[in-house]
Amino acid sequence: MITVEEFTKNLEAEFEEIKTGTLTPTMHYRQIPGWSSMYALIIIAFVDTHFEVQLNATDLKNAQTIQDLYTIVLSKQQA
Amino acid sequence: MALFNTHNVSIKGIAACVPKEKIRTADYPYFSEAEKDLFIKNVGIKERRVAPSNIATSDMCFFAAEKLIQKLQWNKDEISCLVFVSQSPDYFLPATSILLQHRLALNKNTMAFDVNLGCSGYIYGLQLLSTLVATGQIKKALLLVGDKSTLSTHIEDKSTYPLFGDAGSATAIEFDEKAHPIYFNLQSDGSGEDAIKILDGGARNSVRPDTFNIQEIEPGIKRSRRHLQLQGVDVFNFALREVAPNINQLLPFSHVEKEKIDFFVFHQANKLMNESVRKKLKIELEKTPYSIDEFGNTSSASIPLTMITRLKNQLENKKNTMLLSGFGVGYSWASCILTVNNPICCDLIEIE
Repeated sequence: MITVEEFTKNLEAEFEEIKTGTLTPTMHYRQIPGWSSMYALIIIAFVDTHFEVQLNATDLKNAQTIQDLYTIVLSKQQA
Repeated sequence: MALFNTHNVSIKGIAACVPKEKIRTADYPYFSEAEKDLFIKNVGIKERRVAPSNIATSDMCFFAAEKLIQKLQWNKDEISCLVFVSQSPDYFLPATSILLQHRLALNKNTMAFDVNLGCSGYIYGLQLLSTLVATGQIKKALLLVGDKSTLSTHIEDKSTYPLFGDAGSATAIEFDEKAHPIYFNLQSDGSGEDAIKILDGGARNSVRPDTFNIQEIEPGIKRSRRHLQLQGVDVFNFALREVAPNINQLLPFSHVEKEKIDFFVFHQANKLMNESVRKKLKIELEKTPYSIDEFGNTSSASIPLTMITRLKNQLENKKNTMLLSGFGVGYSWASCILTVNNPICCDLIEIE
């Protein structure tokens, strides 16, 4: 599994509208600039395509930061 | 496991009909400019067709069927089965298929019935009709599939209103001893009933005084209990979870190699979702046509609409092996592998 920094960088690349270096692991993911419900779908698609795990509505609700998302992906991958 | 194969059945032609009126995502007043760009880029919908109050699903299916029958030069008296698959029938009762039997001037010896399914409906309809036609007792049959989904969306609901377009289709199915087998995998999961739902108006929650009250569900989402509700994250996860395994079960059952399939036509739900499924299945983009950019999500009509608007030349000029896959409301999902041999693909019909 990649590091949380790489995870953040790769996730950032999914949002073409965002300048490089904007996202950090401690950032609350719902505060990504320009946040809309579409971003949740982009995150789900990103995680599914690259890590073959699914983030459901509860996972998204429980997670606050990008680090939290990474931790959930990690635990689901190991499950 | 609902895996089937049917023999001696072939698709002879397809037609589709849409309303003339185009609605552009760029003109949707409840999206900011950034939301419009994000929506067009990810969901993939630039415009869609919206039926005015005088056009029902059955009208679109009627015009599609008339043109198809005429192109095929079918004798109407030889058509002995008509199935209408839709979640926007003309009335609670009688069934719309029966009205269409009369309107199309089909023989009274026609068996006609409705099937209440949405995005999976084209495959379910094909399965039902091909099973009936395979008996050899029915030689010619019509599958009429479509929805006027815009009837049920509220303009102030950003989660539904910009997604759906209206369309109707007709597919001609015939007994044909030379036909290749058709393979199906049909599935259901009613635990997903709330993900795409209209709460009021059926026998469970009949229409009541507050049914039509518009409520704010969350910022950007206002609707009544008679409007369509859609839980985007749940539906997205459903498609990611179920569609690829369904196809991965069907492929070995059919003994058709994935590489031998010329086209994969998916229900046009959401480009981001469809692309995720496509990548999961490792299918080339060139084999996966999209019509969502021009028509939005047209429910059960999206597969035949994509076939005639994106693959007309390819389908009319050679034999093609295709995989079709529909998934959505229910949850209900299904796929099939079939070989189509130069079917007639009518030009798209527009009505107003």
